[in-house]
Amino acid sequence: MTELLAKTACDGLLSVTAGPFTLSEEPVAPLTSLMPYKGRDKALSAALEAAHGVKLPGVNRSTSKAGISVLWFGRGQFLLVGAGPDGSLAEHAAVVDQSDAWARVRLEGAGADQVLARLLPVDLRAASFKRGHTLRSPLGHMMASVTRTGVNAFSIAVFRSMAATLVHDLKTAMEGVAARG
Amino acid sequence: MRLPCPICGERDRREFYYRGAALALHRPDPDAGDEAWADYVHLRDNPAGVTRDLWYHEGGCSAWIVVTRNTVTHEVLGAELAEGAR
Ligand SMILES: [Zn+2]
Repeated sequence: MTELLAKTACDGLLSVTAGPFTLSEEPVAPLTSLMPYKGRDKALSAALEAAHGVKLPGVNRSTSKAGISVLWFGRGQFLLVGAGPDGSLAEHAAVVDQSDAWARVRLEGAGADQVLARLLPVDLRAASFKRGHTLRSPLGHMMASVTRTGVNAFSIAVFRSMAATLVHDLKTAMEGVAARG
Repeated sequence: MRLPCPICGERDRREFYYRGAALALHRPDPDAGDEAWADYVHLRDNPAGVTRDLWYHEGGCSAWIVVTRNTVTHEVLGAELAEGAR
């Protein structure tokens, strides 16, 4: 049988820099969507905490501990990042492996919110979008997940098939903001 | 134009897909008769004033919502999840 090589979503595309901005690929991590059954949010949160040390976040929020995080990921959806799901979660939620389905990148640099302001119709400035805040919004025409991970750092995910477009759009915006000095 | 998603908060119109009159929530019984079904499938009011429409928060949380707005003044009066709306 042919030997298949595992490649990350942004293989050969990243990292890139422009002015103060760096765009790099997030480290490969297990990704799992959790969709709690009706009325089971609290039970799922307790199971998550027991198994992975993190609770279920509220809307537009994320929780994280020791390299494992849970992002709010849409109506009735959460994304577990950084650990394979414990079997106990399936009792309370539909649990689906998403590990190879998303391209995830990290945008860093002073003024990174200005780069994203060129691409998303939401206010991601620190005054309204703090560390640990997350949201779903279109980046260009791609349905994205954006999380603030630091003072000048964002983690961004889109469907894997759109990795090259994501990198192109972000790189163009980074260069545009950098050119303004 | 901004729409108040009951889950995400106020968001730009480009994040939403427009479905049409919230009439779609009032599906007749299967045996309601041809007239009721023809009305449901084909006939729509075209109100000058307050109207209720179904929108899908496609670029955001993926919820279906019912938005109440005024077609004369362009005011957006409110929104609720379609799940609980009638
Ligand atoms: Zn929404």
